[in-house]
Amino acid sequence: MVENRPVLNILTHVVLIVGVAIVAFPVYLAFIASTHDANAFARGLAPMLPGPHMIDNYAQMLTSGLSSAGAPPVWLMLINSTIMALTIAIGKIAISIISAYAIVYFRFPFRLLAFWMIFITLMLPVEVRIMPTFKVVADLGMLNSYAGLTIPLIASATATFLFRQFFLTIPDELMEAARVDGAGPLKFFRDILLPLSRTNIAALFVILFIYGWVQYLWPLLVTTDSRYYTIVMGIKRLAASADADPYWNLVMAAVMLAMLPPVLVIILMQRLFVKGLVETEK
Amino acid sequence: MATINLVDLQKSYGGNVLAVKGVNLSVADGELIVLVGPSGCGKSTLLRMVAGLESVTSGRIEINGRDVAKAEPAERDIAMVFQNYALYPHMTVRGNLEYGLKNRGTPRAEIDRRVKEAAEILEIGPMLDRKPRELSGGQRQRVAMGRAIVREPSAFLFDEPLSNLDAKLRVQMRVEIRKLQRRLKTTSLYVTHDQLEAMTLADRLVVMNGGLVEQIGTPTEVYDRPATLFVASFIGSPPMNLIPVDVMAQAEGFSALPLPPDTDIIGMRADQLVIEPPQGESIVLHGQVELLEPIGSESHLHVSLAGQTLVLRVPGRPDLADGATIKLYAPPSAMHPFNRATGRRTDSPPQA
Repeated sequence: MVENRPVLNILTHVVLIVGVAIVAFPVYLAFIASTHDANAFARGLAPMLPGPHMIDNYAQMLTSGLSSAGAPPVWLMLINSTIMALTIAIGKIAISIISAYAIVYFRFPFRLLAFWMIFITLMLPVEVRIMPTFKVVADLGMLNSYAGLTIPLIASATATFLFRQFFLTIPDELMEAARVDGAGPLKFFRDILLPLSRTNIAALFVILFIYGWVQYLWPLLVTTDSRYYTIVMGIKRLAASADADPYWNLVMAAVMLAMLPPVLVIILMQRLFVKGLVETEK
Repeated sequence: MATINLVDLQKSYGGNVLAVKGVNLSVADGELIVLVGPSGCGKSTLLRMVAGLESVTSGRIEINGRDVAKAEPAERDIAMVFQNYALYPHMTVRGNLEYGLKNRGTPRAEIDRRVKEAAEILEIGPMLDRKPRELSGGQRQRVAMGRAIVREPSAFLFDEPLSNLDAKLRVQMRVEIRKLQRRLKTTSLYVTHDQLEAMTLADRLVVMNGGLVEQIGTPTEVYDRPATLFVASFIGSPPMNLIPVDVMAQAEGFSALPLPPDTDIIGMRADQLVIEPPQGESIVLHGQVELLEPIGSESHLHVSLAGQTLVLRVPGRPDLADGATIKLYAPPSAMHPFNRATGRRTDSPPQA
């Protein structure tokens, strides 16, 4: 839509700026809080400008953590979260692209049944099946391990479905041309389908990385050993101190640090991500 | 360089729907065979069976005497040009040309030589490092041909390769394909629904209808002596006029003609009917002018004859008013006798 109406321009900008302000203000406040000392926010009058304790707060959280809350240093939780989010994102993409390939390009008995069974799992999110899943993971001895954190979350109907829809838009002739050119199923997958799915994979990676990063309930259940705490559940633990006021400045420093990796992923993959959402390469 | 033999080839989809009902065809080395027919006649299915993209229900496909009916497409030593080109969108033109060769483990030097050669033949050298989406339709078409050429296969299979091009480019590419095929002398099967394309390209035509071969022959044979009513009405533009014998009986001189038994339809080409009295013996029909369509150097004259409409091709723009009574002349040799029930010619033994 290319229009040249100044009033409309101003109006749209006002709406956008107000929207951004509403979203950004709490983040700003969190950042301000993370730069003051522990008492600044307890006084009831929140400061609006950065304070002098930024480096102290962040250094303390990164290196030693908040031992009174039973939480490990933030760097460990960041690494745990990164491992978890990466494993989930990569695992989900790998499994779903392969299963979508099978469903779209191979004629095997019960193909449709397989597809619908995958599809039906969409209706059972982690929270619904959390008790049986926990039981299984516990019986397999995977509590307090990266495997226990990630494997139950890897199977993905959504991603399978997205890849299936994408594969269906690829003309059959491409597969036939590849067959005539002497490419077997694996070669076709590697040489043609994977490169064509590049933008889709990137878009999904961003979405799934964030999905893995923000997991809260599942890590809370399967980890009792602080070495496996993830950052999102760790923040909750930081804020929940029994007798005293929470150290809001330190909690907010952890929050700011927790935000960085997803933001980084989005910034780095933004170009591909947007391309994947709006464009089909044909 | 190869011969292709199709022996009683059949294809059925899900039980008893026959898409191809027993086709026999032998293609000589270096020949360009065009499969032509209306949509749904089974010509594409037939081609795809030869390519190995459709399974064969029964019958044999022999390439160079070897039965390949069960072989993978890659094992048949054929190359195919698709209607929508089917270029790999993420590869450069060079990548597209090389892909089939790489998969076959062709040595690097050989790949480079063939790609260079094909690029020269097709004049796509400057585009080798571009992606298909940066090319025009005609250029993509060339790349698709190039992908077939570099393989140096036994046979080319063309599946309506020109139908995505505009009319002007289509004529140009048609000529190029013909020249190229003559030059490379590669046995080719070419599918099209455009009878003009079929006539101009083919060494021999295979006219198909409803999963069956109606006639196999050179373009002139098929045009001059259509074996069936279907071929008569499909090949030629405008199509052959088909007139019931009882209408023809009113024509002067017709009853004296010796007609083969069982003839109940007479076919006449639009260009064999004339409005000027010709030299020699001729049959004279009386009709009314219905419509005159001028198309440049000639005109199509629609004449009504006892409820039937005939189309004539006449030179120039004759001055004829609609509704005027007119005499049409045709030599006895222009009559093609058919039988309506069998759909076949009555003056030749039925073809196998």
